[in-house]
Amino acid sequence: MSPPGAGPLEPYERDFEIFRAGVGGDPAWLRGLREDAMGQFREAGFPSTRLEAWKYTSTRPIAEAGFTLAASDAGSLTLDQVEQLCFPVFACSLFVFVNGRFAPSLSTPSTRAAGLPFESLARLRSENPAFLEGRLGRVAELKEHPFAALNTAFLDDGAAISLPAGAVEEEPVHLVFVSVGDGDEAPWVTHPRVLVHAAAGSRVTIIQDHVSVGSAPRFTNAVTEVTVEENARVDLVLLQREGDASHHISGLHVRQERDSRVSTHTVTLGGGFVRNDLTLLLAGEGAECKLRGLFLGTGDETVDNHTLVDHAVPHCTSRELYKGVLAGTSRGVFQGRVIVRPDAQQTNAFQSNPNLLLSDGAEVNTKPQLEIHADDVRCSHGATIGQLDLDALFYLRSRGIAELAARDLLTQGFATEITDSLPAQALGERVRELLLDRLHGAGNGARS
Amino acid sequence: MLEIRNLHATAGGTPILKGIDLKIEAGEVHALMGPNGSGKSTLSNVLAGKPGYEITEGEVLFRGRDIRDLAPEERAAQGIFLAFQYPVEIPGVTNNYFLKSALNALRVHRGEPELDAMDFLALCKEKMARVDMPEDLMNRSINEGFSGGEKKRNEILQMLLLEPRLCILDETDSGLDIDALRVVAEGVNSLRSPERAMLVITHYQRLLDHIVPDFVHVLTEGRIVRSGGKDLAQELEKKGYTWLERGPEGAAAP
Ligand SMILES: Nc1ncnc2c1ncn2[C@@H]1O[C@H](COP(=O)(O)OP(=O)(O)OP(=O)(O)O)[C@@H](O)[C@H]1O
Ligand SMILES: [Mg+2]
Repeated sequence: MSPPGAGPLEPYERDFEIFRAGVGGDPAWLRGLREDAMGQFREAGFPSTRLEAWKYTSTRPIAEAGFTLAASDAGSLTLDQVEQLCFPVFACSLFVFVNGRFAPSLSTPSTRAAGLPFESLARLRSENPAFLEGRLGRVAELKEHPFAALNTAFLDDGAAISLPAGAVEEEPVHLVFVSVGDGDEAPWVTHPRVLVHAAAGSRVTIIQDHVSVGSAPRFTNAVTEVTVEENARVDLVLLQREGDASHHISGLHVRQERDSRVSTHTVTLGGGFVRNDLTLLLAGEGAECKLRGLFLGTGDETVDNHTLVDHAVPHCTSRELYKGVLAGTSRGVFQGRVIVRPDAQQTNAFQSNPNLLLSDGAEVNTKPQLEIHADDVRCSHGATIGQLDLDALFYLRSRGIAELAARDLLTQGFATEITDSLPAQALGERVRELLLDRLHGAGNGARS
Repeated sequence: MLEIRNLHATAGGTPILKGIDLKIEAGEVHALMGPNGSGKSTLSNVLAGKPGYEITEGEVLFRGRDIRDLAPEERAAQGIFLAFQYPVEIPGVTNNYFLKSALNALRVHRGEPELDAMDFLALCKEKMARVDMPEDLMNRSINEGFSGGEKKRNEILQMLLLEPRLCILDETDSGLDIDALRVVAEGVNSLRSPERAMLVITHYQRLLDHIVPDFVHVLTEGRIVRSGGKDLAQELEKKGYTWLERGPEGAAAP
């Protein structure tokens, strides 16, 4: 808790004073970027529910907790623990971050040491800051996103993934962000940052996995910025499965150039308070994006998904499918905003958000927001809120499948469209299992 | 095997079954006929334990045991199987996974070891061949986008796999072409045995040409108004249900 009389920004101001002193060796442009960002966060403050974008979710639980900057030490995490935490489904490169800091000793960059498109931000800051200049903070609109501003103010470490023109990375790059904290520790915050640059014609799949160890209250404030040049293709998977003491705010900011392809999977399986902002700017003609989401709420969790697809130019296509499963007294939100600019003729924009309520106490708010300023467009949206189909339930039970197992089958069935489209089949299967584990209260104490 | 005594049941508060008495012994095949809306599907749903129906009077004994309080899955475990008039489409759950789960649930109940994916597949292929079912239907979602005939074959496939004691077939013949009808009937006949009983609901004599019943019952407005041998079905086919209503012996319920 923050001391009485102090505003909710107070702990962040104090941390910022200390933090800026520690990164005084950074180039002037980076220090300036942080100062500006802090100024923007200061000005905006914690967003209130009066703002359209925060209409359904109050940030008070975060503002009032008085989170302070996490200690940077990687703690006592072992490689074994890390392997248990992540999906051991690929032979892929694993890059592990502990409390926001890259932990090379826990990372297994596959068999190929050279030529990997990965570097830690901390290392780039000291060894090749020129690479970051003009890239960091290019895509995220800090004015619109106070939490992205806060992340930028404390920009320290994270991942940079950069593909040269024409490079095709077959193996997924798997980033694991572990937050470690025991019950008696002060509530703390980390600001992980990921920067992705896919040059013309390149291709990469990135899995960003957020897990937690220990039950201390914590706040993960992540920002990912992605630039996808002409004809490049980036497939992004965000997995959130922190414990119920976790607050997680994630901003994914994407800029797509001509004929580029982007797919996102935002899979939320845990976390007491989760807010995801996806912002995609379709800046080049012929660009296409597919946004898919699967979110599970159990206990009294809040999961808020906010997407914005900005069709700035003609001939672009966006498709969105978000599926919500809400149990217990959890609350889900889907707000899908689509802007079609006056020039953006021949736009295709489709959006769908089916939701499954598994209990009477669960709740979901779903709201499409189409702002169409061009006339030659094909846009559609649809949202549904339903329960398990009783006829289907009876059908399964009449074949000898017990009621709980039948419910589980139907719940998994509801998620299948999303899990089947994940970039690796094994990953989809793991997510299906985790969905049920989480629903039944296993893993990090989440209860349905 | 099955004994129904003075069964009264309501659906959504409306009385549908109004005093049914029916006794089916192991080894017997009973046909149940009757006009649309007379309560045939209601009876099969009540037997299978579908929620939403209330038994207001009477008893249902299966192998000597009152099953009124048993959950659908418990009835399935006891050996009751209903081939649905309208099989349900379930998106996102593959037929393969469903059938394996169902079979293994029953095997566990019977104290048999679960089948692994390989053994199940082998068994399933053998049964599928018996009902001429294309293999790709196993990897699709349950009944989703299946043709009418494919759905009915899928019901019979499930019956062949689960090997129930009492098979209730609710209009399994409707919507089938002539070849499919024969295939389905052969599947059903292959299950006929002295330990097994069947209740075959149909509107048409043609199914009963293939699956020859020992007894035929006619259900009208929630009551069995007439019972007889296989000839009764032929007579009905010629004369229609109105013959029963008009005929002097029509009012005589058993
Ligand atoms: N939930 C319900 N609430 C009210 N009435 C119902 C309900 N379910 C069934 N009924 C009614 O019960 C009656 C019997 O229906 P049922 O489906 O058992 O008939 P059926 O003999 O199987 O007919 P068909 O030959 O057309 O399949 C019908 O009038 C039907 O509308
Ligand atoms: Mg019927």
